[in-house]
Amino acid sequence: MINKKVAHVQDALKGVTNNMTFMLGGFGLSGIPENAIAELVKLGVNGLTCISNNAGVDDFGLGLLLQKKQIKKMISSYVGENDEFERQMLSGELDVELIPQGTLAERCRAAQAGFPAIFTPAGYGTEVAEGKETREFDGKMYVLEHAFKADYAFVKAWKGDAAGNLIFKGTARNFNPNMCGAAKITVAEVEELVPVGELDPNQIHIPGIFVQRIFQGEVYEKRIEQRTVRQRS
Amino acid sequence: MLDKNGIAKRIAKEVKDGYYVNLGIGIPTLVANYVRDDIEVEFQSENGVLGMGPFPFEGEEDADVINAGKQTITTLPGASFFDSAMSFSMIRGKHVDLTILGAMEVAQNGDIANWKIPGRMVKGMGGAMDLVASAENIIVAMMHTNKHGDSKLLKQCTLPLTGVGCVKRIVTNLAVLEIVNNGFKLIERAPGVSVEKIKKATEGLLIIDGDIPEMDI
Repeated sequence: MINKKVAHVQDALKGVTNNMTFMLGGFGLSGIPENAIAELVKLGVNGLTCISNNAGVDDFGLGLLLQKKQIKKMISSYVGENDEFERQMLSGELDVELIPQGTLAERCRAAQAGFPAIFTPAGYGTEVAEGKETREFDGKMYVLEHAFKADYAFVKAWKGDAAGNLIFKGTARNFNPNMCGAAKITVAEVEELVPVGELDPNQIHIPGIFVQRIFQGEVYEKRIEQRTVRQRS
Repeated sequence: MLDKNGIAKRIAKEVKDGYYVNLGIGIPTLVANYVRDDIEVEFQSENGVLGMGPFPFEGEEDADVINAGKQTITTLPGASFFDSAMSFSMIRGKHVDLTILGAMEVAQNGDIANWKIPGRMVKGMGGAMDLVASAENIIVAMMHTNKHGDSKLLKQCTLPLTGVGCVKRIVTNLAVLEIVNNGFKLIERAPGVSVEKIKKATEGLLIIDGDIPEMDI
């Protein structure tokens, strides 16, 4: 067993510097690497490019890095729900590249899987495709989208072990598995780090080969963005 | 004239037995409430769940189980979770049978705009561009006019496009329409709404062929 375990978030983020490009898992506030984000805020690194489907809310998730103006550029698919983000974007302080959600996932997966680029129908004929190579296959038009290049991927899983194996829970899975192994260094944080051998190999979502560092997060707030319930009848 | 629930109710009639359906945010989400209960349908949410159920009871919300609108949800027996790449494999790979989404504008050639108002509102496209670029069966659910009373069914979209030539069917508070031959073919009128009223509210080419029946909802 190759040991990926580090004791603290500080060790997990070793080597992080200004002007790096990060991938961060999560959809909305679900499945975001809360502990890594908190540590990035503490480290005060800036000039960051962040690849993440969303940008958090004003006071949680990536919103915390936006507040401190640590992010130079965001690559996302949906950035509603964040007033500070909208302000920085419309004022030009923040560079924003909006791309289709499936394209974001596939550009991560391409990096993970060793493909330099993919062709997707998403965005053809829209401003997303401007300046990009297009090609026709079987009468339909596609846009060439390149694999991402990132320094670190910060992902969050439910359970993991020191070998780096990961299991996700519910829709907190989202982009996290696609980002594992898609950056130079993948840092996984888990709610529960279990002894090696405890996870059933049949149930592993991401094999440890895609993960360089793993640690158990100290605390998870797991904030709910839209609490919706039905009445008991 | 229909309200939002009325639009959802009418669209629910388009949902057939055995369909996998992706519902967008807003009016489309309401469609799930009106699907006949004697047919089998599975709802897909692009953040990574198939087999979505109703909202949870109070106290049973789970931060790890949400829909694409970030709302807490439940799952039904037979449901599955998956990552974002697989989710969009279902969508781009045409495994999802029906996509229902909202729009700011639709053009008579089937173009759709629903993600950006330059200089004012930029929330992003989320999964909409993937959905409209791939789905064979797209229904747009929206009000016929915007809050200023301007038509949302246009000759040409004025806002940045989400997709080109992709919309097939539109259900509004006034009518059911189909995109054919570069025009909006009027299929049904909402209860109590005249053809004249629909004409006035439609900026694009409206094709009226014979008597137009009233919706049966």
